[in-house]
Amino acid sequence: MAGTKVKLDTHTGAHDHHHDDHHDHHHEETFISKYIFSQDHKMIAKQFLITGIIWAFIGVMFSVLFRLQLAWPNESFPILEMLLGGWAEGGKLAPSFYYGLVTMHGTIMVFFVLTAGLSGTFSNLLIPLQIGARDMASPFLNMLSYWFFFAAGVVMAISLFVQTGPATGGWTVYPPLSALPEASPGSGLGMTLWLFSMVLFIVSSLLGGLNYITTVLNMRTKGMTMMRMPLTIWAFFFTAILGVLSFPVLLSGCILLLFDRSLGTNFYLSDIFIGGEPLVNAAGDLMQGGSPILFQHLFWFLGHPEVYIVILPAMGMVSEVLATNAKKPIFGYKAMVLSILAITVLAFLVWAHHMFISGMNPFVGSIFVLFTLLIAVPSAIKVFNWIATIWRGNISFTPAMLFAIGFVSLFISGGLTGIYLGNSALDIPLHDTYFVVAHFHIVMGMAAGYGLFTGVYHWFPKLFNGRMMNRTLGYFHFWVTFIGSYCIFWPMHYMGMTGVPRRYFQFDTFETFNVYQDLNVFITVAAIVVFFGQFLFVINFFYSAVKGPRMKNLNPWKSNALEWTTPMKPGHGNWPGAIPSVHRWAYDYGKNGHEFIPQVVPNGAVDTKEKNTKGAH
Amino acid sequence: MATEAAVASKDAWNGGHSPFNVSYGKLMMWYFLVSDAFTFSALLISYGAIRFSSPNWADPNHVFDAFPVLTETFGWHAPLGFVSVMTFILILSSVFVVRAVQEGHRMNRKGVVRWMFLGILGGAAFLGCQAWEWNHLISGVEHGHGMTIYENTFGAPVAFGQLFFIITGFHGFHVFSGVVFNIIIWIQAMNGVFERRGHYEMVEKIGLYWHFVDLVWVFVFLAFYLL
Repeated sequence: MAGTKVKLDTHTGAHDHHHDDHHDHHHEETFISKYIFSQDHKMIAKQFLITGIIWAFIGVMFSVLFRLQLAWPNESFPILEMLLGGWAEGGKLAPSFYYGLVTMHGTIMVFFVLTAGLSGTFSNLLIPLQIGARDMASPFLNMLSYWFFFAAGVVMAISLFVQTGPATGGWTVYPPLSALPEASPGSGLGMTLWLFSMVLFIVSSLLGGLNYITTVLNMRTKGMTMMRMPLTIWAFFFTAILGVLSFPVLLSGCILLLFDRSLGTNFYLSDIFIGGEPLVNAAGDLMQGGSPILFQHLFWFLGHPEVYIVILPAMGMVSEVLATNAKKPIFGYKAMVLSILAITVLAFLVWAHHMFISGMNPFVGSIFVLFTLLIAVPSAIKVFNWIATIWRGNISFTPAMLFAIGFVSLFISGGLTGIYLGNSALDIPLHDTYFVVAHFHIVMGMAAGYGLFTGVYHWFPKLFNGRMMNRTLGYFHFWVTFIGSYCIFWPMHYMGMTGVPRRYFQFDTFETFNVYQDLNVFITVAAIVVFFGQFLFVINFFYSAVKGPRMKNLNPWKSNALEWTTPMKPGHGNWPGAIPSVHRWAYDYGKNGHEFIPQVVPNGAVDTKEKNTKGAH
Repeated sequence: MATEAAVASKDAWNGGHSPFNVSYGKLMMWYFLVSDAFTFSALLISYGAIRFSSPNWADPNHVFDAFPVLTETFGWHAPLGFVSVMTFILILSSVFVVRAVQEGHRMNRKGVVRWMFLGILGGAAFLGCQAWEWNHLISGVEHGHGMTIYENTFGAPVAFGQLFFIITGFHGFHVFSGVVFNIIIWIQAMNGVFERRGHYEMVEKIGLYWHFVDLVWVFVFLAFYLL
């Protein structure tokens, strides 16, 4: 192919490079070493992405199944019995399985799709490509990171098929429901498998995170100072720091929970009575002294940073895509970096705002309110900078750009309700209602999902040997998803404000909540439409990966970043010759009459820009 | 560009080489240790949370007053005596590993093998001591019946034993894995793997882990034996 023969721009070869001491040369690869146990970061990124897409399909389908129950609580759906057998006898979901579906939906979407599928995919793909490295610092640990994730997925998938069903205590697995195997059917084997899967996932996340941090610090190409890095890399860098520091705390929490479950300790249990009978330990004594609130603290010390682990990579990619497609420098680069840093620090200081209703001391609550509301500052800085970046820009509305703008829209809508919920006085009446469901789905779930779509549409040519996705299908996909997601989650705010509780199996026996029956039907129909709308993406993705037209230009979006200086089909090692040097930051767009000036262009050579980019045809 | 000027003076961060002048492996080990420190911190904070919500707690001078042979044969009690020996052994083992790292810098294969062997012995001895202590507490030779995760004969809440066993156990697991790593390094050093590689950095990386395990013990020791 012509693509593989493209020569690097001459000016990059002029600099001498001596740190290409590994992965420089191609060696023969077998099918297994190339596609399965691959150590190439680009292949590992694809593995994360495709596994993530499969999990997203399962996770979203679960939500459609339980939405059916909420919309038509007394209807019978024979298809449910066909799909789920005994868990939907007579075509109606069993209540315990409803909770299983909700729990699995949350777990799968948060961890497998939006953590592994998003950060795993794009940290792997973009960190070496955008900082100018041949691969990750340790390609071997990187490969292990994927396979631990895969193993975590296998264990979680097995838990769906055990006789007592998957875990049912919610994705937060609060004790005592999760600590007592006898508490509910899902608290048995399903819960044990959930914990086991999560331990594997934590290992995967740790291996990945250590690699990302080390690679960003140690392996930047010549001239790539920290303050020249694209904002994507800053976002991945801080995401990795969040993961490395918060997942171990969940590990400790899980270890104590495993002991409570299987050895009969009572770290999280105290004064439990089941059916009037006191719960005793193996020595016959009443279990006393443990605290279920302790688990909540340990869980949310991960759980809150986790939402930033999910959203920061999306923010980074959106920044990059907005600037590239608006052909304007990112507004307030330094402020953007400092905002990410501020969010990272504050992420560790706000966890208890998930626990205002757990009965904690109001004074402690007020401190957490303060820190929580402080997060609005860096978040708002980022939002205003995004808007200022596209303000009067020369915008090309690619599908990636539309999703990036959609991200900003969702982040504003969901972020504003975050200010409501961050106040403990308001949170107490709203916490157990659909208001919270609406809030976190918009600001975290949907927004991060849009980040994922932004990334896939924008960097698809870098994932699949220069092939492009179909634009028209992309536009249809965007509008179905964008209108649909607001239709699903916006009405939930109104339900929540009037007190409709979350986690209820059906509402029709409650006079108060009956008025929302039609609204529930509307939400479910919207959810079904959005679910089927995603097939536009899936079809586009898999078809384009194999048959999509190759990009006509090696830099189709006219981007400044380094990944577009690699050939059409980069091998393991990314650049066939020396790694290019960097001479400027990533956001020289619309400068001195030039639409864009790639990072590899030396300062005195701006006028050679035309030659450089055209030469890549 | 403003951003360019701000960092132009800091050559180390200009890219093209490691800003800290260390290999990626050593950097990764450091960040792993930070992460592992959070794991232990979470366990020790859980210890604090449960301890401070308990009405009473065990007196370590009373719980840990046994010494092998001396107590059983002569009925002699030595509050915190045995754990002091254990701690000393672990710290000594760290010193041995420091010497192994030093010999590695000097490219002295024999020195690395000798000192690493002593380090392994120290780790194994610590594990042996811990096994004796656990066995003594569980069997409860001294006090009629022992301390388990279900009962406690020291007038303390059962949580004392639960936290003691899980946290010292988790630390012991780290010591055990450290001993295994040290043995691997020892064998590789004996076989001249590092000599052929031209440097003994692997000894240093595993050494970092070993010192970390040692350091964590100081906090575990503080929480259960001193406070």
